[in-house]
Amino acid sequence: MLSRTADHLFWMARYIERAENTARVLDVTHSTSLLPDDSEGAEAHLWYAPLNISGCAAAYSAKYGAAESVAVTRFIALDPDNPSSIYTSLMRARENARAVRGAITSEMWESINATWLELNRMAPTLSGNRLIPFFEWVKERSHLFRGVTLGTILKDDALNFIRLGTFLERADNTARILDVKYHILLPSVKDVGGAADYYQWGALLRSVSAFEAYRKIYRDVISPQRVAELLVLRADMPRSLHACMNEVDATLEIINGSTGQEARRCAGEIHAALHFSLIENIFANGLHEYLTDFLGRTARLSKEIRSAYLARRDGFVIPLSVRPKTQAQYQMTQVQ
Amino acid sequence: MNEFALFDEMHHPEGVVRAQYQDVATQLISLPREALAHKQREAEVLFRRLGITFAVYGEEAGAERLIPFDLIPRIFSAREWALLERGLKQRVRALNAFLHDIYHDQHIIKAGVIPAHQVLENSLYRPEMCGINLPNQVYAHIAGIDLVRVAENDFYVLEDNLRTPSGVSYMLENRNTMMRLFPDLFASHAVAPINHYPQMLLHTLLDAAPHNVDKPVIVVMTPGTFNSAYFEHAFLASQMGVELVEGKDLFVHADKVYMHTTEGPQQVHVIYRRVDDDFLDPLAFRPDSTLGVPGLMGAYRSGGVVLANGIGTGVADDKSTYLYVPAMIEFYLGEKPVLSNVPTWRLSEKEDLKYVLAHLPELVVKEVQGSGGYGMLVGPASTPAEIAAYRERILAAPASFIAQPTLALSTCPTLVDAGIAPRHVDLRPFVLSGKDIRLVPGGLTRVALAEGSLVVNSSQGGGTKDTWVLED
Repeated sequence: MLSRTADHLFWMARYIERAENTARVLDVTHSTSLLPDDSEGAEAHLWYAPLNISGCAAAYSAKYGAAESVAVTRFIALDPDNPSSIYTSLMRARENARAVRGAITSEMWESINATWLELNRMAPTLSGNRLIPFFEWVKERSHLFRGVTLGTILKDDALNFIRLGTFLERADNTARILDVKYHILLPSVKDVGGAADYYQWGALLRSVSAFEAYRKIYRDVISPQRVAELLVLRADMPRSLHACMNEVDATLEIINGSTGQEARRCAGEIHAALHFSLIENIFANGLHEYLTDFLGRTARLSKEIRSAYLARRDGFVIPLSVRPKTQAQYQMTQVQ
Repeated sequence: MNEFALFDEMHHPEGVVRAQYQDVATQLISLPREALAHKQREAEVLFRRLGITFAVYGEEAGAERLIPFDLIPRIFSAREWALLERGLKQRVRALNAFLHDIYHDQHIIKAGVIPAHQVLENSLYRPEMCGINLPNQVYAHIAGIDLVRVAENDFYVLEDNLRTPSGVSYMLENRNTMMRLFPDLFASHAVAPINHYPQMLLHTLLDAAPHNVDKPVIVVMTPGTFNSAYFEHAFLASQMGVELVEGKDLFVHADKVYMHTTEGPQQVHVIYRRVDDDFLDPLAFRPDSTLGVPGLMGAYRSGGVVLANGIGTGVADDKSTYLYVPAMIEFYLGEKPVLSNVPTWRLSEKEDLKYVLAHLPELVVKEVQGSGGYGMLVGPASTPAEIAAYRERILAAPASFIAQPTLALSTCPTLVDAGIAPRHVDLRPFVLSGKDIRLVPGGLTRVALAEGSLVVNSSQGGGTKDTWVLED
């Protein structure tokens, strides 16, 4: 497969997954905000979380100042200037898909293109309460795209690079959600089993569709340690770090070619650590430290995947001085 | 040529519907206005969802527009098509023979059929191509020949497109859309199928491969997503099951061309390129090109890779060379041309220039090397000020222009805001040259949507129609 094609497929999948995860975080933040909390600065405290998870707190503060529900939601959901907004993610997903239309099935293209057109149609009408169904819609479009993909695409390297993008992004997102939320919720750890705890941790679980799984597996009150165990170590929980790395590791094994040795080693190392860890040890060393380390390792893995498969490895490099002309040249090429 | 002589594709002069339009008249055109409007909207939704869009240069960057699609098909009888097919094959055979000749022994110049300066001093003539032997002696593997009709049996070739003709994806998607919207019409008509065009194109490109290659690797090369025909490039690549590459995906090593893949470099044998000659290789042509592949021309010259279309085909589709095509047919094939040329004045000739300047309001004037309907003057549709401005352009460089009479293009019923009304149409069939010459029945019918307009180019607001050839 063309390296550039693989690159576009990888990022197409990442951006779709990112849009879904961002919608999940906003959705659950909204439902949490409906719970009574009179403490001072509660709103800002709550609404900084999604900004921190998507790494755009600084950009937000520069534009709006203190975090409050309407502005944060708009900024993360629909702001085209925010590089991590749902809007931007879906736009980039479509741009990447458009660049490799020939490598994806027409059903996949129609699905991603229809999502983009529909988003633009409804964006002007979205505000306040209308945003709740919007988050649901984003999740559904992502589910639909994944289903269409699995149902129509040939099981070759195109699918492999889509899977790599999806699961690396998902692992990254789950780690960030857990890290940020855990940090916020820590003050109430002493109140284990209390009502506030139930709602707060319950919201976190819901944001990664893990609430029902928790109930099924533990049949007990919600405790922070078990939440972390579920989202980090349980291989049967589809959005856990372990489950994601299972997929990444297995996918790297079956990609054709011999250029990805270092990427495979990196993935194997991360995977083994998840496979053989105990939640008690992770907590003993600090969950935050553990997750920070995990994010660093997956970032390195992404870099290795990039240099092994996605980048051009030799040949001509366009001198910087002539690059700006490219766009004009696209257009100068005549259409007969 | 006056208004009353317009040829109506659907009706006989007395108003009777022609045989091939009978069912369309009763099953489609007779539908209530709301039903037609509904189908029209349905078609638009289909096109937009499929992302069949094009970019219009000069509009806001990245704007994607739909080419208007008209529901009412343009229909040829088997007899009409047989004539066209014969004429198209003949013409393209002669054009390829001409290209081979002028880059080799130049018999046609020595015989005095075409003046040497017309060929050798043409800026689209590529001396780099001299002496290169191409497989099957084919230069223009894909040719789009624009035809217009002025009477029952009177077709003219308006121009030959031998560089990077586009539009075939619209031909195919128009058919798909019609079949989705009006399945009943296809059940009651024997419409000759065209969906195998990509297969035929692949076949043609495989024919073009260097002869010593066992399993040739074919790619489609695009300038990128910003190009107005990007949809078509991607469409054809996927329909043929080959990679869609940009210049930066390719590199040349020891006169062979390779693409960067996830498994390392892979050799490429045939490049169906939709990038102009000028941008193909910064080492050979424009040094500032960022769309091309350095060293590509060297690989091409040494036979390591085949380009489709070949380099230097522009000299044959130039509008001043156009004049000589009927002579080429007689010279190379010893046959009478089946399809006529439009009478053409060369403004490089004093007499012609004088006549044209005196008759600008009735003529069509075109740039010799222009395409896409940009920069032309349609005399009868222009204001005196526009004509005066164009006159200045002509006087500044008369040899860059040709002029033709304003043809009374045939009309076909078309759905417009006011209902169904006649609009002018042309036809672009796509002729493929490999070991044989092949084409699917029909082509892309373009329609000028504005009342009375004769400019059918999509870049100028034209639309398209599905084109049917009925089998006997």
